[in-house]
Amino acid sequence: MRFLMKTDYYEDIRLFKYGSTIFWYLTLVVGCVALPLVLDEYLLSQCTFICMYAVAAVGLMLLTGYTGQVSMGHAAFFAIGSYTSAILTAKGVPFLIALPAAGVMAAIVGVVVGRPILHLTGLYLAIATMGFAFIIDEVLVRWEGLTHGNMGFIVEPASIGPFMLDTEIRFFYLSLIVLILTLFAARNILRSPTGRAMIAIRDSEVAAEAMGINLAKFKTLAFAISAFFTGIAGSLYAHKIFFINPESYTIMLSVELLAIVIIGGLGSLHGTVFGSIFYISLPQLIIMSKDYLPAFVQNQTGLQPALFGLLIVLVMLFEPMGIYGRWLKIKFYFEMFPLYKKDSFKREKKYQKAERR
Amino acid sequence: MALFSANDISISFGGLKALNRINFEVQNGEIFGIIGPNGAGKTTIFNCINRFYDLDEGAFFLEGRDISKVKAHRIADMGIARTFQNIELFKNMTVLDNLILGRHRKRRSNILTEMIFLKPVQRQEIRSREKAEEVIDFLNLEAYREQLVANLPYGVQKTVELGRALAMDPKLLLLDEPTSGLNMEESEDLSFWLSDIKEELGITVLMVEHNMRFVKQTTDHLLAIDFGEVVAQGKTQTVLNDPEVMKAYLGEENART
Repeated sequence: MRFLMKTDYYEDIRLFKYGSTIFWYLTLVVGCVALPLVLDEYLLSQCTFICMYAVAAVGLMLLTGYTGQVSMGHAAFFAIGSYTSAILTAKGVPFLIALPAAGVMAAIVGVVVGRPILHLTGLYLAIATMGFAFIIDEVLVRWEGLTHGNMGFIVEPASIGPFMLDTEIRFFYLSLIVLILTLFAARNILRSPTGRAMIAIRDSEVAAEAMGINLAKFKTLAFAISAFFTGIAGSLYAHKIFFINPESYTIMLSVELLAIVIIGGLGSLHGTVFGSIFYISLPQLIIMSKDYLPAFVQNQTGLQPALFGLLIVLVMLFEPMGIYGRWLKIKFYFEMFPLYKKDSFKREKKYQKAERR
Repeated sequence: MALFSANDISISFGGLKALNRINFEVQNGEIFGIIGPNGAGKTTIFNCINRFYDLDEGAFFLEGRDISKVKAHRIADMGIARTFQNIELFKNMTVLDNLILGRHRKRRSNILTEMIFLKPVQRQEIRSREKAEEVIDFLNLEAYREQLVANLPYGVQKTVELGRALAMDPKLLLLDEPTSGLNMEESEDLSFWLSDIKEELGITVLMVEHNMRFVKQTTDHLLAIDFGEVVAQGKTQTVLNDPEVMKAYLGEENART
């Protein structure tokens, strides 16, 4: 067990609590950088998708996990990011400008949409955002002059100056860098007044307002930041698969993103990455493990989606706090070793229920 | 001039007159109590000050400024902090973060500088922490600094809520039943803190309270209301001995005997 003696205030606000944490994160980054050495092209492209989804999930996490506003319309921000980036690069704008522009465009739309519906809460907000996603979907189909409608849009490969990002490895590194920057920015927001205001709104709107937090402003801001990151992810997506059409951005994508943040663990940035890894790699693992199963199971049709669904149910049943919740418990186990008690986490829950009110 | 005053405030919900032409003045540096039976409209006054409800008539003045038309979140900016009857803390945050949220109105950073956590943002964070530590020291919350509020006992949560209000550096502190749910010892602590808040920090306190012993110990002036009407007003001792007040609390027959 470690005790931290803080001797000045700066130690309280730094990014990593312990020196060893920096070491482990660096190891992780080095590990990720080395991935192309051990993975083939296909698996590497799956890792790129993990990064991409994680970036989008950070956006949704800030809104749903931290501000407490459920959105079922994030596919729309994803789509806006994709199309903005695709159209801009087609017009000759450099990718390095198109990428943030995609985020900014999504953020602007986020403000326009967020503003009128932000006094809705919970499921009502979810349905309203879903309606918004339908509208955007329809616009993408009908505005053929700009989006080529259902025909789809061929996207230019990304490039930084003369340096083309068209190979798997290069694009993986790009996605990884964007993910790291996104996590860094999100972490910074969360340890600043804006992030705290967002969490305050989630926990008690009444108290937040009495503390001087402008609910309308910070909810809109949360919507904008959330849309920004999701838009960035959308841009990456477009330049990854080179061809986009409105069918890629259905309600299913919104639900997937929501599933990622909930499986990963609401209210944690780790959860976005854990959730993405779970969501992208599990179907692959199931397919890979198929070869080792008995023949009658192998030949069963629909095995992969069913097994995937079952695993989601199991995670939710046994770890309602998501994968991040399990992660915390494992970490706690090693920190307290050999004093770990299973009830360490249970007790908190019981106290909550015995609250005097 | 009074620090805070209510001029002829009225509000009704449907056909019910919750507050009817109530006037009172809170002088700078005093502890002012509002008493009255359940449903008299005490908390409604607070909710009107906080702009959770709109007044039908009348106005509140803070240092001569009309504050009954501003947006709800501006009330805190003007220096009015409050606590709630049923604790409204940010339960999934640590005690320290709750206190730092009290500093929200002092923030000067914006989202872009926060994203890269520039030096000014860092300095601002450090200043917030210094202030939060002062409050922790003042209310003896050292042991709970890094704990999640949801895991704390009720009495401590009440204290944290008071601390969060103090961290705002308010001119006027609204306390909604600060002793409800506290045991004797905790109430005693609170009454000491209140006198320190008054004497050392120079913060004016407006308090709704049921516990008469506590009211007698701490307040300078009292306003007694019943069914949204003023029953009595004045020095604490005078109001507590007022036959009308006793009648409101104990009923017609009991008060006479």
